[in-house]
Amino acid sequence: MEFIDYYRILGVEKTASADDIKKAYRKLARKYHPDLNPNDKEANKKFQQINEANEVLSDPEKRKKYDQYGKDWQHAEQFEQAKQQQQHYQHSPGGGREEFFTGDFGNGDFSDFFESLFGGARGSSGQRSKAKFRGEDYQAELQIPLSEAAKTHQQTFTINGKSIRITVPAGIENDQKIKLKGHGGPGINGGPAGDLYITFTIVNNTPFKRKGDDLYITTDLDLYTAILGGEVTVDTLDGKVKLQIKPYTQNNSTIRLKGKGFPVYKQEGQHGDLYITWQVKLPTNLSEKEKALFTELAALSKSHNS
Amino acid sequence: MSTQELIPATDFCISHNIDITFIQSLHDYGLIEVTTIEQSSFVHTEQLPQLEQFIRLHYDLDINLAGIDAISNLLQRVEQMQNEIRMLKNRLRDDM
Repeated sequence: MEFIDYYRILGVEKTASADDIKKAYRKLARKYHPDLNPNDKEANKKFQQINEANEVLSDPEKRKKYDQYGKDWQHAEQFEQAKQQQQHYQHSPGGGREEFFTGDFGNGDFSDFFESLFGGARGSSGQRSKAKFRGEDYQAELQIPLSEAAKTHQQTFTINGKSIRITVPAGIENDQKIKLKGHGGPGINGGPAGDLYITFTIVNNTPFKRKGDDLYITTDLDLYTAILGGEVTVDTLDGKVKLQIKPYTQNNSTIRLKGKGFPVYKQEGQHGDLYITWQVKLPTNLSEKEKALFTELAALSKSHNS
Repeated sequence: MSTQELIPATDFCISHNIDITFIQSLHDYGLIEVTTIEQSSFVHTEQLPQLEQFIRLHYDLDINLAGIDAISNLLQRVEQMQNEIRMLKNRLRDDM
């Protein structure tokens, strides 16, 4: 645990007046406040520090205590309480890993240093970050494999001891958020509960590349089929399909399989396309007979083209 | 809109310890909707997150209504841009 210089965080002198501190806090809060920095974790962290510094320096009693122990703060260790941070971890049967953290205002997590000095007692020095009417919004992260994101499916997980089942619509994108109305913190004074936001992280467990709703794959094609044409079986996201290969199919040429791509989010029955790029495999070792035939072909080709 | 989705503005203001004129001013600026039924004002449940954000901006950060109006427009643009960036990033991802 390290000593935290609250004066430095707010950029004020140790002799700063209450008014200076208030001004400095407001100026920094206007820069880093989560309302003004949506989805910015760094700003959020910074705002927490600023809040903590303000919590201490704007309260005459806390400031006095801080100034006293600030010089020789190690003594404050005796005040230390091993306070377990409230954490919520769940496990989903889908194999997804979730991290859960509550609140979007970062007022919940003051530093260990703060906890050791003040024992977690918090005032309410001008902060409005705690729920006053509508409950807090919760944020959660859910990791799902790409193959599952392709299907509308149910996920069950537990939040604060409550089991919640959600339907994840097919075609969800990486980093997309889903809002579950009313599954956040409880409201206060008759206010409605907050919402739960789930951010999906999609991990690719398939050989396909996804670009929007389209899928891309490079597939090997043997030399003879490429030249003479024929039938091959290729993998798509939902099983194998047979394809007719045209004679003289060139290396790196691409075909499009309409509707064999990724499902379009919330557009049932609609899919993107699958693009297959052929990679023609040239033989790496030939039998004597094959070699002789290739030599013959080469000679034929020469006379044919001359 | 059903009345269940309406919250008496006075209840909301008491809970937040703010003056009801602030709600009226936000309404005058076109920032929130206020429904009046038999001379009582109601705010809409779905607008509570925004309304509470406006309260924080005003009472915590000292931003006046004109500032809140400007910030609200900018935040909408930020959100659109973040969505666009998300889609573009996903297109650029190597493993995707």
